[in-house]
Amino acid sequence: MVALMVTPMVATPPLLTTRGLSRDFGGLRAVDGVDFALNQGEIRALIGPNGAGKTTFVSLVCGRLAPSAGTIAFDGGDITRLPAHRRVRLGIAYTFQITSIFANLPVYDNVALPVQRTLEDGRGRGAVRAGVMGVLEKVGLADRAATPAGQLAYGHQRLLEVAMGLALKPRLLILDEPTQGLADGEIESFIRLVREIARDATVLVIEHNMKVVMELAGRITVMEAGKILAEGAPEEIRENQAVQAAYLGAAHG
Amino acid sequence: MNDQASPAKIYALHLGVVGLLFAFNFVLPDYHQSLFSRIMVLAAFAMGYNLLFGYVGLLSLGHAMFFAAGLYGSGLAVVHLGWGVPLAFAGGVACGALLSLAVGLLALRTSGVAFMIVTMMFAQAFFLAILYFAPWTGGDQGVVVPQAVRVVRLAGASLDLTHPTVRYMMALAVLCVALLVTLAIVRSRHGRVLVAIRENEERTKMLGYDTFAGKLAVMVVSGTLCAAAGAAYALLFGYVGSSFASIQYSILPLLWVLLGGAATVLGPLVGTLVMYYVIDVTSFYTSAYLLVVGVVLILLVLFFPRGVLGTLRERWLGWLP
Repeated sequence: MVALMVTPMVATPPLLTTRGLSRDFGGLRAVDGVDFALNQGEIRALIGPNGAGKTTFVSLVCGRLAPSAGTIAFDGGDITRLPAHRRVRLGIAYTFQITSIFANLPVYDNVALPVQRTLEDGRGRGAVRAGVMGVLEKVGLADRAATPAGQLAYGHQRLLEVAMGLALKPRLLILDEPTQGLADGEIESFIRLVREIARDATVLVIEHNMKVVMELAGRITVMEAGKILAEGAPEEIRENQAVQAAYLGAAHG
Repeated sequence: MNDQASPAKIYALHLGVVGLLFAFNFVLPDYHQSLFSRIMVLAAFAMGYNLLFGYVGLLSLGHAMFFAAGLYGSGLAVVHLGWGVPLAFAGGVACGALLSLAVGLLALRTSGVAFMIVTMMFAQAFFLAILYFAPWTGGDQGVVVPQAVRVVRLAGASLDLTHPTVRYMMALAVLCVALLVTLAIVRSRHGRVLVAIRENEERTKMLGYDTFAGKLAVMVVSGTLCAAAGAAYALLFGYVGSSFASIQYSILPLLWVLLGGAATVLGPLVGTLVMYYVIDVTSFYTSAYLLVVGVVLILLVLFFPRGVLGTLRERWLGWLP
């Protein structure tokens, strides 16, 4: 009888959990004892003023930085000591805040690199080509496959950056300020793209554009001075006095 | 690199080059035949160097030690241990493989200028060790591998490596192996990953690649190829000298590769060939031939920073591997 009362939601453990996660740079504690949990399938926005530790926090999660203290668990396993490339193989993909593509290589090769790594069996070139073109279709860059990536317009470079993350078929996609420098029209199609990605993957997005955050995020986490200041649904965050003081107020006024 | 490039064209080009070199054996005058034999072995050395420098972007200033490991490994095995030619060759290659693995494990913890310095220091230590163990290595005099033992005996037949044509064909075989290894790696998916490491290592890591393992693998292949060239040199030309372990022979392959075109498969061959003949011709007229070489290099860096084949690829032949 009791079993009937248990909802499936409770039984699903979080995809990502951090406990007391900290990182010091010299005397500065950029991330300070963060306890964080991310559920399977959600779109979570991570916001906060400049220097709040958002990028440092996701860098700890994806393994670009080693933590000074604390633990990180992904899908039930401890990944605190795993090197970055092993975490990527577990399904954590990171797209860079400052566009980090292979500028001298064609767009095709940029996406072929993540595609050929995720192909388990496909030895043939056909499998790589199909995978690459599939991803390029999704982000709308299929007709630019032969262009050197460095010659793309900035907005297209941002899309390529996302395409590379997408090609890893991640379970958790971390987007670090993906809409920075995009035109309004590009932002609209970007929001559609992230929604589509979120059908198969959990998304954690650092974003400054509040319109994007409010439209996309199921929940929002606010960081300030290395700590989590608040967490909740978009409406709750909008109403939260402390958040307004620390961030929204400053941004709007 | 590019999937659009037609493989037939690429195979035809490389087969053509090998065919041309094969034919040269029958038309070249004795002096140039011997020079070409030497050039082909040294071009294999340059190809080994190019794998690491051109494709992965790691500038080593210590590759003389890998060439010398093959040179001394095979030469001393013949002279002191009385090994036959095939076994000595294998021994020399194995020395290079082990040395490059050990050096790679340590040196690849660094990158950029630190990597240059660390590899140079390892090579210098290797060079000094050769001088120190003079009773075995002959010190700065080196060791001559006698003509009589430079014969391959297999199943009753014997092949005299000192015969000009045999020597030429063996040198060509070594070059072909280096060419095949380079082509196979560069045209594979691993080749794409190596170039990615060169272009943006941080990003390559974040695509799930173990870049340290990738670099180490290439370091070992590169060192092994260089050692194979060294071992062939000892057995074909009979001289095992410490100058081959000196800094000069770490810099020469870099220059050959830059001249011919870094990250092109045939560039090291072109570079070695051109440089060798420039030195050969100028040293006939003046003792200051290194000055001429220096001027050529300065002009090259100023006007053709991508080398001969690199420039050709950039302007006209985009499909060149």
